[in-house]
Amino acid sequence: MSAIPDGVAGVLLLIALFALFHESWRWAGLWLSRELTTDSAVFRWVQLVATALVAGLVLRLIVFPAGALESVSAFARVGAMAAGIAVYLASGRRLFLGVTAGMVAMLGLAAIS
Amino acid sequence: MTAPRPASDLNATGASPNSTLRPDAETAPQWAATATRRYAVLRGLRVAGSTPGWVLFATSIGYGALARDADASLGLTMLLAGLLYALPAQVVFMDQLARDASLFAAMLAVMLTAIRLLPMTVSIVPYFRDDTQSRWLKVVAVHFVAITAWLEGRRRLPGLPVALRVPHFIGIGAGLALTTIVGAALGYLLAGSVPSVISAALLLLTPVYFILSLIGVAVRLGDWLAISAGAALGPVMFLAAPGLDLLLTGLVGGTAAWAIEKARQP
Repeated sequence: MSAIPDGVAGVLLLIALFALFHESWRWAGLWLSRELTTDSAVFRWVQLVATALVAGLVLRLIVFPAGALESVSAFARVGAMAAGIAVYLASGRRLFLGVTAGMVAMLGLAAIS
Repeated sequence: MTAPRPASDLNATGASPNSTLRPDAETAPQWAATATRRYAVLRGLRVAGSTPGWVLFATSIGYGALARDADASLGLTMLLAGLLYALPAQVVFMDQLARDASLFAAMLAVMLTAIRLLPMTVSIVPYFRDDTQSRWLKVVAVHFVAITAWLEGRRRLPGLPVALRVPHFIGIGAGLALTTIVGAALGYLLAGSVPSVISAALLLLTPVYFILSLIGVAVRLGDWLAISAGAALGPVMFLAAPGLDLLLTGLVGGTAAWAIEKARQP
């Protein structure tokens, strides 16, 4: 992609392109939600759409990983997620403990599988 | 799961106090009672030092290493982290760069990843609605809509007084932006020198943090249904419609969860 010029011109070009192709979705969201209240049915619907979307991303990252995570077995990846959830719930929803448990479980399961 | 712990307990847990704030607290956290808007920014910045910040830092190291593989410069690697502030878009852009795609093709690929930012923004901005002091600051605030800031916003904004929400969210976003830029630079410089099982463990932190945070803010039936439906549909949609998979997962899973919740709890 040698089309990106060096220096200030390249930075300005990227700022303009990212504003148009990427940031515009955030601005569209700002504009579309200007009349929306947090107790409305539409807000609840969008909130659940975003929730399902992030949950879908989680499973995609676990089931079809990219990069270094590919080198770890599916058993270790899924087991790590399950361990993270279990410790999180058992510890009274302590994020730090849940995340740490997931990482430790993955290292352990990767070593034995 | 358990009753909310009193605020005085929060510092005794060993974990960061920020990461243990109860998600469903309808009452303001103690600091909010006397806080100015400026102090709310500072409290937001502190999120970067808590669990979500560390998880984002770890993921950003992975992105930095990937950018180095794609032969990007360190400057471009950091610029993307600040300007896009959305890891999927950054990764896709670097991938296009590595494949020698045209700038236009790269932008279309980036745009496809950004569609998900629309529902995420729409489910954050209404918390800002009654804040009339921050009209233009809201444009700044929405730049920080990305999964980590969105999760933390969902967890922390509902309990805050309206006037503190925009500054607090900007603080969260700015702190996390700095975190991801520094993490990306570190990953770029360290690329190749980290054992792959450690890289894998760092990459795993992100999905685990995401799912735990979703569970953390789940209170009503629809939340649980949306998490389950999204989890089930995610891999299926990835095979059926790569590129549009997240949007379809969200629309189908979220709408089903919403409809069932509405029917059960009118």
